[in-house]
Amino acid sequence: MEGANHLSFILAAYAVAIAVVAALVAWVTLDYRAQSAKLAEFEKRGIARGAAGRALMKEAEEEV
Amino acid sequence: MAIVDWANPSRFLKIANPAIKWLGGFTVVAFAFGISQAIMAPDDYQQGATVKIMFLHVPGAWLGMLGWLVMSIAALGTLVWRHPLADVTAKAAAPIGAAFTLMCLVTGSLWGRPMWGTYWVWDARLTSVLVLFLLYLGVIALWRTVEEPSRAARAAAILTLVGAVDLPIIKFSVDWWNTLHQGASVFRLSAPTIDPSILIPLLVMAVAFTLLFVTLLLAAMRNEILRRRVRSVRLMQASVAG
Repeated sequence: MEGANHLSFILAAYAVAIAVVAALVAWVTLDYRAQSAKLAEFEKRGIARGAAGRALMKEAEEEV
Repeated sequence: MAIVDWANPSRFLKIANPAIKWLGGFTVVAFAFGISQAIMAPDDYQQGATVKIMFLHVPGAWLGMLGWLVMSIAALGTLVWRHPLADVTAKAAAPIGAAFTLMCLVTGSLWGRPMWGTYWVWDARLTSVLVLFLLYLGVIALWRTVEEPSRAARAAAILTLVGAVDLPIIKFSVDWWNTLHQGASVFRLSAPTIDPSILIPLLVMAVAFTLLFVTLLLAAMRNEILRRRVRSVRLMQASVAG
């Protein structure tokens, strides 16, 4: 009977743990997709990082 | 090749991408085994079935403290060696450590109600873990407040090292003060006081949660490196446009 009385506390603890783990996994997955999408967008527009990127940007500006 | 050369962000990404997949797989297998062990574990002679909350609460506590330890080592890397991966590690570890500390606090509270008759007492162990959680929130807020990553990294590193004082307080609080919380029962100078039928599932679950922690940390570090690349492209665009 004691086990049945405490079942709600055990289930609540496991539900909290599942929610915490799910939130962490969702956070890293969605963040990865968001950052990758931004970098892919830059790449699609021909914008690179560093010196090569600055040169490309300069060229684009001069063309305009 | 020096260790520092191996730890550059581009090389890290090359290693992290396959490592995240492998570690993720190992984590799922470890949890499947750990949960089956936890279900089959017998009830405790005093605490009954509520002992099953321990399989979540204890790994949560260990990883909450491990997260701050990782951040403290990274803080030294930021302040002493100014290594680019050090502040990436510290920033990535903070939300993960905070989440595990929150899990420890909530599951502990849900375990305390049927065993102690209360969800919360202001005793040394519980209060010092709550302080750790608040420290995590402080570091996360600092990272979000200071826009320039290198300035934010230095400020967060100082707060992290100051906050590291809380780790031995948490560990030894049950020895230094009279608390409602039980004393150390796994990491002791003498043998653990837990019966193997409960200790083994606990250790398997601890391994599973540790694998999850490492996988999430690598994934969050990868995201932070990508975020900094996005930021540098935006700054470059702004400087050309200006």
